[in-house]
Amino acid sequence: MRKLFGLLITIALGVMIILALDKTSAFPKFGEVNLQERISNQYLTEENVEMVGSANIVTAIVVGYRGFDTLGEVTVLFISALGVAFIFGGTKQQRLDLKFKPNFMLRVGSNVLLGIILVTSIYIILHGHLTPGGGFPGGAIIASAVLLLYLADDKFRSNVKGFKLIEGIAGSIFVVVGLLGLVFATAFLENFLPVGTVGQLLSAGIIPIIYVLIGLKVGSEIAGVVDNFLTEEESA
Amino acid sequence: MIQYASIILFVIGIYGLFVSKNVIKMIVSLNIMEIGLNIFIISIGFVGGGAIAPIISSTQDLGLIFVDPLPQALVLTAIVIGVGTTALALAFAKTIYKTYNTFELDEMEESA
Repeated sequence: MRKLFGLLITIALGVMIILALDKTSAFPKFGEVNLQERISNQYLTEENVEMVGSANIVTAIVVGYRGFDTLGEVTVLFISALGVAFIFGGTKQQRLDLKFKPNFMLRVGSNVLLGIILVTSIYIILHGHLTPGGGFPGGAIIASAVLLLYLADDKFRSNVKGFKLIEGIAGSIFVVVGLLGLVFATAFLENFLPVGTVGQLLSAGIIPIIYVLIGLKVGSEIAGVVDNFLTEEESA
Repeated sequence: MIQYASIILFVIGIYGLFVSKNVIKMIVSLNIMEIGLNIFIISIGFVGGGAIAPIISSTQDLGLIFVDPLPQALVLTAIVIGVGTTALALAFAKTIYKTYNTFELDEMEESA
């Protein structure tokens, strides 16, 4: 009965969504978008690309035009990491007693893979304004390296206090860079460094700096969450 | 066409939230909803006719046809928020399991 009712409601909802989208002229068919009519066309004009200097237009939007929004985004991630730490609270923590033990392949393989994963993450973070990627995926890859360490050794604890320190410092420098924009330019998080040539590694002003800070912050936050999930309060 | 697929994914997520009484299944349904929405937003920005990803190598490339970069930037934000909410929800689920020794909502009511 409950399942039938739920099915009816969801089918009605789906039909309503599809009908509502079909009747509007503001919603074009898939692939028939005219970019000239949209606001995104201005991100792709030559003068605006040269003003921001980022070869990856998505990065230009995320960190350049919408930098303040990104500051709010890392704040939301910080608050959720804080909530996880609060729920799993307690000062004396020890590793969760898992029913399986890491096998030989995992232990040896993790030593080989760890360096490769970390180097990849650094590459992705540093080239955030040139190639697909950036601070958020790079930070997630750093956290996956930490997760690998946790999986490969059932006694391993990372330096959680160090992660918290990195996270706090990176977040503070993000705000300080924004305030420097207020001092040397006109607005919060405005670019105050020379832009350079589009497509070079050292270009796009403050965008690479902010993306490195975001990468450190996201990586240490998610690594902290991983640590919180894999530890428990010490049963005295 | 792919827009209808994303709407179907979204609706499947809502159905899962209605029907399932398992905490983990509810979190998975929430994630399915989120993925459906993300695919929908990305598909709004797709431009047909050989448009490429909005990444240039120099300013001479700007004459090419690009897909809309703005939905991609917004989805990047949405994915990160999704990670945060999922982590928090799983933390709640772990605490629930510690207290009641079950993920099923019905069995929790019985033991309470």
